Amino acid sequence: MNNEAVQIALTGWQGANIAFWVITLVVFVSACFAALSRSIVQAAFALFFCLLGIAGYYLLLGSAFLAVTQIIIYVGGILVLLMFGILLTNRPLQRDLPYSPALYGFVCLAGLLLLGAIESVIAMVPWQQAATLSVPASDVRPLGRMLITKYLLPFELAGITLLLCLVGAAYLVRRRER
Amino acid sequence: MSESLAQTMGFAATHPVGLPIYLIVAAILFVLGLMACMLRRNAIGILIGIELILNAAILNFMAFWRFRGGLDTDPAMSGPMFGVFAIVLAACEAAIALAILLNLYFNFGSVEVDKIRRMKH
Repeated sequence: MNNEAVQIALTGWQGANIAFWVITLVVFVSACFAALSRSIVQAAFALFFCLLGIAGYYLLLGSAFLAVTQIIIYVGGILVLLMFGILLTNRPLQRDLPYSPALYGFVCLAGLLLLGAIESVIAMVPWQQAATLSVPASDVRPLGRMLITKYLLPFELAGITLLLCLVGAAYLVRRRER
Repeated sequence: MSESLAQTMGFAATHPVGLPIYLIVAAILFVLGLMACMLRRNAIGILIGIELILNAAILNFMAFWRFRGGLDTDPAMSGPMFGVFAIVLAACEAAIALAILLNLYFNFGSVEVDKIRRMKH
């Protein structure tokens, strides 16, 4: 952010507003592709843009650390793992079988009904319209401090869980003699 | 960078949209993920739907944390902390799920969920 012009363009309410709606457009379009595209490779690529857009949301909401974590672990780790899974289990560039139109219609109808139900519930509650409270200027220091004090036990448990999962995954895909 | 990027951009105290907009975005992501889970045959496609649902949940946590009431400061950092733990557990889940799917592929030659009725021969 050393470039002064960029800083001026992004400063203030207007810049944040534009950034929010651009991110929303990217997330909406790519999430539709990720959920409904016929080709599984195309869905994984759409998920890439969707996850990047959600990292932008985290940045707007005031946690730069979570945005970077999302990019490193989700985009750099989980999505690459998914792509490896697709390429190892699918014949490349083979399309999914076409969905049956009845199933497609039923799922779209159910999705729209569920979305309407959730939004009617959201509309019933008088939510706080403005974020009046400030967020810390840098969230890395308080997050790190909390991880070794208040959240020490969950932190250690998450580490052990991650280790066990990786060992278990390596055990599951070991080469077996038949 | 010593400051949060959001602070640098000048919208740490005010925010362009209200909480309901974020809740609606998260609801749309959740419903799309659920539709992917119902619609897809390929098990990896179902996993993509689950990732969308997880992201919708984390986005809800972050939005509620940003628009919280009460104390002026939140030393516990509950919103980002929820997100970090959820992302770590999502990594565990993806690793295990892909290991199981690779095993299914070795055993059956396919990961289409409507063709597989057992986990092994």
